[in-house]
Amino acid sequence: MKAKKMPVAIDTTSKKFAEYAHPEVLVSSQWLADNLGASGLVVVESDEDVLLYETGHIPTAVKIDWHTDLNDPVTRDYVDGHAFAALLSRKGIKREDTVVIYGDKSNWWAAYALWVFKLFGHEDVRLLDGGRDLWIAEGRELTRVHPEVEPTDYPVVNRDDSKIRAYRDDVLAHFGNPLIDVRSAEEYSGERTHMPAYPDEGALRGGHIPSAQSVPWARAAAEDQTFRPRSELEAVYFAGGAGLKAGDDVIAYCRIGERSSHTWFVLNYLLGLPGVRNYDGSWTEWGSLVGVPIIRGSEPGIAPAPRLK
Amino acid sequence: MTVNREAVSDLIQDFQELSVNDRLMLLLEFSEKLPSLPSRFADHPDLLERVEECQSPIYLFVEIDETKAAHLFFTAPAEAPTTRGFASILHEALDGLPAVELLAVDDDFPNKLGLAEAVSPLRMNGMRAMLGRIKRQVREKLAA
Repeated sequence: MKAKKMPVAIDTTSKKFAEYAHPEVLVSSQWLADNLGASGLVVVESDEDVLLYETGHIPTAVKIDWHTDLNDPVTRDYVDGHAFAALLSRKGIKREDTVVIYGDKSNWWAAYALWVFKLFGHEDVRLLDGGRDLWIAEGRELTRVHPEVEPTDYPVVNRDDSKIRAYRDDVLAHFGNPLIDVRSAEEYSGERTHMPAYPDEGALRGGHIPSAQSVPWARAAAEDQTFRPRSELEAVYFAGGAGLKAGDDVIAYCRIGERSSHTWFVLNYLLGLPGVRNYDGSWTEWGSLVGVPIIRGSEPGIAPAPRLK
Repeated sequence: MTVNREAVSDLIQDFQELSVNDRLMLLLEFSEKLPSLPSRFADHPDLLERVEECQSPIYLFVEIDETKAAHLFFTAPAEAPTTRGFASILHEALDGLPAVELLAVDDDFPNKLGLAEAVSPLRMNGMRAMLGRIKRQVREKLAA
């Protein structure tokens, strides 16, 4: 466990968390219920559905939406340091605050928001294990009251894309190292270019990046939407599963980089792989790029020689 | 039931008069008043058409009555309030209209509500797709 001082004490109540490489990045619903209102703690809800927060949310929680808050409205990119600072100031978040993010669908979008927070180096960001649905299933309190937020003066920090984000050229240079495709089996094989029953955001070709192993993101989540215990995650991603090894540099991707944020979170924090990056361009970029290699069908295929930049 | 033939322009005006945040709250109100599906559909889920372009599962069905007026039916889960809100706006705007008038409704009217800023342009695709599927069902059923 890191000896680093966190503004709000870490959750040490869970044996499951203690097994993870970084137990400090998760909190249980009981821990959150006990700590709501603590000084230095801000709770953030981040969902796929932009209105879900308004139908009822965890008391004190503020909303951050992936479309309208985290994506740049014009360029296909995340917001820059100025916009991120303005957003967090508006939401009443200080640079040193502990931020606990939760959301719908096994924290899929919450993990995406956490990943963006990490692009800006926000130190203490955690996920509520089980997310919104477990909180509700346990009959815990929801409110429609918007919390009174005192705006802060969050500093402008440059986004650092070098460590946890991969661009397409990084993927071309990465060949020979493991790639994880977290989309559905039909998207992986090229049978379809978007998620079953989801909008088609457009890709001109179907298939996957050569050598990528198929591990649909939700295999890391249990029925109750919590993260699976470490031993089960190891069976999915390590020997006997996707074949990753301790120390591997891994790039994960999906369609636009949101499902793969969930996998990035698992590989980076729960299994402790040191060099995991999320390729947010993902299939909507790769599947439309001129001249990049693609494999169709259910076999990973052979990695071509890396194209160094 | 009286039909408001100006419903589309009234809705555009209602939304446009509000701040972006209040538009979202109005969408929430709409999501809460989406009429539930009549029981005769509950036994026949096969009659309902899935709107593939929406992120959340939503199904719709159009009926044309003997006066050639169109009646719309939707179902979407409570965990998908945005999708429910879109469906409810379309219900308010179009339900009960003579089929020929429904077909003449501006395909671009979802964009004129000013919701894109509140929910993102990508999410608005779902509402335009619903309108497109409603019109297609109306055309098919008029021709049948």
